[in-house]
Amino acid sequence: MVKKRTISGIIFDVFNYCLLTALALICILPMVHILAISLSDNAAASAGNIGLLPVNFTTAAYEWVMAKKEFWAAFLVSLKRLALGIPYHLIMTILVAYPLSYPASRLRGRSIYVGLLIFTMLFGGGLIPTYMLYKELHLLDTLWVLVVPNAVSAGNIMLMMNFFRNLPRELEESARIDGAGHLQILLRVILPVSLPSIATITLYVTVAHWNDYFSGMIFMNSAENYPLQTYVYNLVNQASSLTTNLNLGVGESWKLLAKVSDKTVRSAQIFITALPMLAIYPFLQKYYIKGIVVGSVKG
Amino acid sequence: MGMDKKLPIGEKASGGEKRFPGRTAKADRKKRGLQRLKNQLPLHFMLIPGILTLIVFHLVPLIGLRIAFQKFVPVKGFFGDQKWVGWGNFRLFFSMPNFVNIFRNTVVIALGKIIFGMVVAVVVSLLLNEIRAMKFRKTVQTIIYAPYFLSWVVFGGILVTILSPSEGIINQMIRALGFEPVFFLGNARVFPATLIATDTWKNFGMSTIVYLATLTGIDPGLYEAASIDGANRWKQVIHISLPAMAPIIMLTGILNIGSILNAGFDQVLVLYNSQVMSTGDIIDTFVYRMGLKEMQYGLSTAVGLFKSVLSTILMTTAYYLSYKFSDYRVW
Repeated sequence: MVKKRTISGIIFDVFNYCLLTALALICILPMVHILAISLSDNAAASAGNIGLLPVNFTTAAYEWVMAKKEFWAAFLVSLKRLALGIPYHLIMTILVAYPLSYPASRLRGRSIYVGLLIFTMLFGGGLIPTYMLYKELHLLDTLWVLVVPNAVSAGNIMLMMNFFRNLPRELEESARIDGAGHLQILLRVILPVSLPSIATITLYVTVAHWNDYFSGMIFMNSAENYPLQTYVYNLVNQASSLTTNLNLGVGESWKLLAKVSDKTVRSAQIFITALPMLAIYPFLQKYYIKGIVVGSVKG
Repeated sequence: MGMDKKLPIGEKASGGEKRFPGRTAKADRKKRGLQRLKNQLPLHFMLIPGILTLIVFHLVPLIGLRIAFQKFVPVKGFFGDQKWVGWGNFRLFFSMPNFVNIFRNTVVIALGKIIFGMVVAVVVSLLLNEIRAMKFRKTVQTIIYAPYFLSWVVFGGILVTILSPSEGIINQMIRALGFEPVFFLGNARVFPATLIATDTWKNFGMSTIVYLATLTGIDPGLYEAASIDGANRWKQVIHISLPAMAPIIMLTGILNIGSILNAGFDQVLVLYNSQVMSTGDIIDTFVYRMGLKEMQYGLSTAVGLFKSVLSTILMTTAYYLSYKFSDYRVW
């Protein structure tokens, strides 16, 4: 395709490339800036003259974080949450989405199920009733409270259901002729060809679980049960976090304390917290995009 | 249940031509109905865990909504002998000076985010669509998605650092340009704008996805024909790209308006503080503070219920409208 290039067109192209480059920089530079602060020393950070490169490079802040028990305890809670939450959410989503992918003529009462799903999506008990119920159920301060109640999400089920629906029906029909039951069809025929959609949901759930701080904040009473984001929330909203337990001897702690500040340590923890999602999303974004497009353009 | 009654009719229609009418038709149908139910049974079993989850964790809390009509004393417990106050909690809320404020804040912030966010996303999609170098385009796309994958806690922590009036890098740049530093997170007049801008910053990349999908779906022949007719790229955007995007813009617009009472709880809770309460406090943060901080369970539940009812009406209307105008139907 040969495009006629006019002067104004070239000017626009130059302008366009510059603008989009600037936009991309705006999205990435804050992280670079935070990384630079976390790798700078105490004095430079307080002076506030750090741009995109560390000033007086030091890894002291990371050594400090490495030795900080609470941080790694929270990190572990978040990992456990993922380990439990992802498979649980996937199983629930598939178990609901597969039957609902059948038309009402082949699933009696389908509209009742869908109605319940939509109703609970739109209308809820709200904060206090929910909190009180979880308390009555003795779910507070357990990992389950972060995983179980929200495992049935209308959005993810809708996505999965539409994925299932778009599979060729012959797949299922031929398996049925071979005498396979519903569960066998789901496990042996449907799921193996649904791996991309499962990847999409997995990514959604991973990001949601990793990034959620509020449920940890209200449903966990003791700080040792905080997931990482809840821990960081308190960090950001706290004046000072330096007077906490370190896994180091007193002498070593003091040596480190001279080189770090609240700002550098906080930046280091923010960076480590953000890193897992930033590291995986570039490789999995196509699944993410697929889900968004299916979810919104479907009609 | 309407559909259940319809089922046998459909069945009759499909297997309508009976060889021996009347003789075994009734028994036959019953038998086949039973058979069909048996076939379906595993599907219903599969639904049990999900439906139980919805009932236990989403329907049962609705019982707790009665707290909205009580003067709730926590020590007496959920099933304790609480005093009923009728609409008292609602009346208290409506008579509070906060009431108008909180509502205005919520709608202003949410509307600002919807409008600014959509405009930025549409413009960026159009700009990206003009880029022919695919590598550059893909790189920019990947990078602008990045902030979306940060939690509000992390992004908020970054914002607190870079927006600080004394040491924050943004204000240093502002000062270097010869202006007064702006207290983005501490000045009540600036705070709503800060919320709108930072929310757009975090999410515009992701919002472009839907629009870009529409743009890439446009037949390239349309652009070629237009350029042969002498339309420059600006005219092509106006006459081809934008009209093609109009339905999806309208759809996202309607759906966003449906959630106009959600001004972004996660974001506001991280960023607001006592200095910006007058313009930054939204319904959700108010419910949270009243409930879990001030232990005003009755009031908090009442406000939450009020919002929930309004929200449900709005969203139902939005879904109805989008179904009507865009044939948007996911279920």
